[in-house]
Amino acid sequence: MMETAHILDAKGLACPMPIVRTRKAIQGLSPGDVLEVLATDKGSTADIKAWAASSGHAYLGTETEADVLHHFLKKDSAQIEVKEGIPVMDLKTFVKKVDEDKSLTIVDVREEREYHEGHFPGALHIPLSEKESQMHELNKSEDIYLICQTGRRSGIAGIQLAENGFKNLYNVVPGMTEWTKQTKKGELKS
Amino acid sequence: MTVRIMKPVEVARYSIDKKPLYILDVRNEDAFVDWKIEGESIEYLNIPYFDLLDGVDEIKGELPKDRDILVVCAKEGSSQMIAEMLSEEGMDVAYLEGGMKAWSEYLEPVKVGTLKSGGELYQFVRLGKGCLSYMVIDAGKAAVIDATRMTDLFLDFAKEKGATIEHVFDTHLHADHISGGRVIAEATGATYYLPSQDAEEVVFDYHKLGDGLRVTVGKTLVEAVFSPGHTSGSTSFVVDESYLLTGDILFIDSIGRPDLAGMADDWVGDLRTTLYNRYEQLSEELVVLPAHFMEMKEVNADGSVAKKLSTLFSENHGLQVEDENEFRELVTENLPPQPNAYQEIRKTNMGVLTPDAETQREMEIGPNRCAVR
Repeated sequence: MMETAHILDAKGLACPMPIVRTRKAIQGLSPGDVLEVLATDKGSTADIKAWAASSGHAYLGTETEADVLHHFLKKDSAQIEVKEGIPVMDLKTFVKKVDEDKSLTIVDVREEREYHEGHFPGALHIPLSEKESQMHELNKSEDIYLICQTGRRSGIAGIQLAENGFKNLYNVVPGMTEWTKQTKKGELKS
Repeated sequence: MTVRIMKPVEVARYSIDKKPLYILDVRNEDAFVDWKIEGESIEYLNIPYFDLLDGVDEIKGELPKDRDILVVCAKEGSSQMIAEMLSEEGMDVAYLEGGMKAWSEYLEPVKVGTLKSGGELYQFVRLGKGCLSYMVIDAGKAAVIDATRMTDLFLDFAKEKGATIEHVFDTHLHADHISGGRVIAEATGATYYLPSQDAEEVVFDYHKLGDGLRVTVGKTLVEAVFSPGHTSGSTSFVVDESYLLTGDILFIDSIGRPDLAGMADDWVGDLRTTLYNRYEQLSEELVVLPAHFMEMKEVNADGSVAKKLSTLFSENHGLQVEDENEFRELVTENLPPQPNAYQEIRKTNMGVLTPDAETQREMEIGPNRCAVR
């Protein structure tokens, strides 16, 4: 597995520093690379989004975990349009399905570090940032269940896979955040 | 050139005295369109700070030489950075201390009148948000009406005037800003009055505010007049037989909206009765003091927001609609968007939610939208 996750820690910094640092960090990346920006300044979400739009990068989304905002950007990729999404499967239904059939193809599109902190048993790991290079590992005609932290990145991955001829895609919503929470409480099993 | 820091109290002078000012607002376009520093003598340029990180050359030529320039952002940081960049290019500019956050919390105290017994009536003008609060001071006693959450200002003001706050009123349960009434009452031991019809889920003790309630502040009489319509409990006050505090029922150039508690259709009748019958029975000589203003042009030259009831009867848009159906349409259709987080704000004012100071600030962000025109 390639380690290409780029993470910028801008926690504790106030505006304008999260954007100033992000701008600098993204300059050192290659087109298509994904940058994850950690920030605690709540205003950073609106700013990152607007800044990405005005500077040609794709804003993939923001996920919140324990007061830390995780912003995801894809360099020079503003042309990525969020078109009509793929079918959504809710987490509960999905967990039941996994119980019945252990051979499901599950693809976790989060970055390396997130995947290692905990993932669905048997889930393949293909981060959104590397999806294009690893797409050939998947079979276009089988059912594929995509999962990320909240459903946002897996939704984007789904649209891109669909554009590449994948037929039977499902976006598991909400994603790992809820699964981790509920498995800790023993409410869900897989 | 050194960068100057401008405080909200200085910006208030430009806004009220109509002194020329040029504001370079470096927030996001959305934020700027939604809400900005208002003033009839203010010109604006909105360019987000992140579009100026490569340099300020492109805007240098656009900035005027003949008026003061103020750089503004949400919290201060970005405006300071841009102001410093402009300063390094030899320009004389200032940035707003505390940003829009501080502007939203700034209150300008304005004396609106001397009372018969020698007491004073003050209006607190929240320029950034359009909220108006009041303090009646007489013979060492004070009453506060529709206080904002910046409670220290009211407490300090009373102290400065040597007055003890004995009564705290809210004309209604506010949906656009967080009330400071309860905090002030707790800090001073004053009685906190709230209309019980609005208090649905209130979790704290309060005194019921009913029609005809009479309270004296020193020798000054404050009398409650039940005036429902914005909410089902909305109550006005006649102070010293001279001033009519209308809450969110009647403004200078507009009237209250009946939908913020989700009951537009039910309350429109109440609103009509209050405006077209109840207020008709009052003296036309009363000076109307509302709980909000919408535009800077409603602010008088002395900074106050006040007009005679007789003037409003002939000029206010909401008081000129003879036809009841037309009136119903006016106040139930084409309403402006509801204020930011208004449901959470109502719950906070009932004590059901208890957000921390930072969250309260964020809940109140944005313009005031309590009126229909």
